[in-house]
Amino acid sequence: MASEHIVRAFAQELHRLSNLVTQMGGVAEAQIAAAVKAVAKRDVQLAAQVMQNDQRLDEYERSIDQEAVRLLALRQPMALDLREIVSALKIASDLERVGDYAANIAKRSLALAQSPVAKPAAAIPRMGRMVEEVVKDVLDAYIERDVEKALSAWARDEELDDLYTSLFREVLTYMMEDPRNITPCTHLLFMAKNLERIGDHATNIAETIHFLVVGEPMNKVRPKNDSSSYAVVSPDMPADTDGASERRGEP
Amino acid sequence: MQVQTNFAAKSPLPLDAEGTPIKMQARGVKVFYGPKQALKGIDIDIGENKVLALIGPSGCGKSTFLRCLNRMNDTIEHCRVEGLLTLDGEDVYGHNIDTVQLRARVGMVFQKPNPFPKSIYDNISYGPKIHGMASHKDEMDEIVEKSLQRAGLWNEVKDRLREPGTGLSGGQQQRLCIARAIAVSPEVILMDEPCSALDPIATAHIEELIDELRENYTIVIVTHNMQQAARVSQKTAFFHLGEMVECDDTEEIFTNPRDERTQGYITGRYG
Repeated sequence: MASEHIVRAFAQELHRLSNLVTQMGGVAEAQIAAAVKAVAKRDVQLAAQVMQNDQRLDEYERSIDQEAVRLLALRQPMALDLREIVSALKIASDLERVGDYAANIAKRSLALAQSPVAKPAAAIPRMGRMVEEVVKDVLDAYIERDVEKALSAWARDEELDDLYTSLFREVLTYMMEDPRNITPCTHLLFMAKNLERIGDHATNIAETIHFLVVGEPMNKVRPKNDSSSYAVVSPDMPADTDGASERRGEP
Repeated sequence: MQVQTNFAAKSPLPLDAEGTPIKMQARGVKVFYGPKQALKGIDIDIGENKVLALIGPSGCGKSTFLRCLNRMNDTIEHCRVEGLLTLDGEDVYGHNIDTVQLRARVGMVFQKPNPFPKSIYDNISYGPKIHGMASHKDEMDEIVEKSLQRAGLWNEVKDRLREPGTGLSGGQQQRLCIARAIAVSPEVILMDEPCSALDPIATAHIEELIDELRENYTIVIVTHNMQQAARVSQKTAFFHLGEMVECDDTEEIFTNPRDERTQGYITGRYG
């Protein structure tokens, strides 16, 4: 970074904005971890806490928005400073969505806790750990302004998509085996989708970090491996992906 | 010379990398005031019908460069200009160049509005008169009206053309000076901090005017106000200690400058 601003108050304000984003990131990280734990441990109290805590992220987003708009109006930032402020706005909105997904996982865990333990539930903590890592790395990359780290987190979203697609198939299979599995499995499916979406927001943040540091938008196209939208699973053909069973009009 | 086959192209000028015809070009332009070197070899292309903003700290050479473009530096004693400066491919410092003609083609507007101590009408008609651009009064009336209209001043002064130009407000005086520059049908207009003595509303009027003038003229503007450079120009060049550090699309300069020095200056970290 270039030398200090001549107007020191401006430097302090930018620093404060960046700190707010970092703190918000910390809260979002904790929310994901707690939500996943609430699912794994069937901890109803923890789930309620996660739902309650989502407000904090909303408040952070509001403060960051306010601070950013104030800086834009009063300081007329340019170049790196301008990118700093725009990035804070974008990352805050991504983190707010991350929080919503975490809260939704917590909410569904309440329903899940009332059903018998569904076997694929074990996949949620596994996927959760991976999401936590990606989010943590991307936030570290933000703090360190490290594009390489951001890009490597960005690339790992592919694994997450793979995991989601395989979980999707697994869950469908369980549902077919026994209709009593449908309720818990549907919740699991949404939880996994939420985690997958959190990964997508983490990649958005990685792209924002690229813009912040390099000054240009990232031109690479992210590999999208979430092929669950095309997945078809039938009782006699568990891994059918070509839609043949659908065309045969099977139940 | 390259033969232009594209009939849509307005002018036969050489094109820059983006396909804009190059109206004026500087190559290795150096300026000395006595023993002191003020410009250390400037290379720049000024695109036709574009606004180029020159920014940089005081004493960086941007005004010196601006004055080279219509040889205003000739009037400064001990000032020496080296290198090549062209207008439509023709050497501005060539032996056969008539500086009066040159300054009609490359007009100038200064920091402080400087209307002649004459009527509004005479301020505008003075240039066309000495250049013999009107053969009788009707023609001159037309030039005056058109110039004032282009400068966005006609409606405010049409009923008092015989009143002194110095009686107008600061912003009106500056638009009068722009109208005066336009009256001799220049191709390039140089502006040296044209808004630094004006309030924000008068400044907005001038900026709006610059945007309109761009259709017919090539404009080079020196400004200390970076927001102004960002608002009015398509290209921005950053000068520092007699060098041109970088010249790029204005958007690029203000969002992602290549050079640390540019970044330091525009974000207020300079010095």
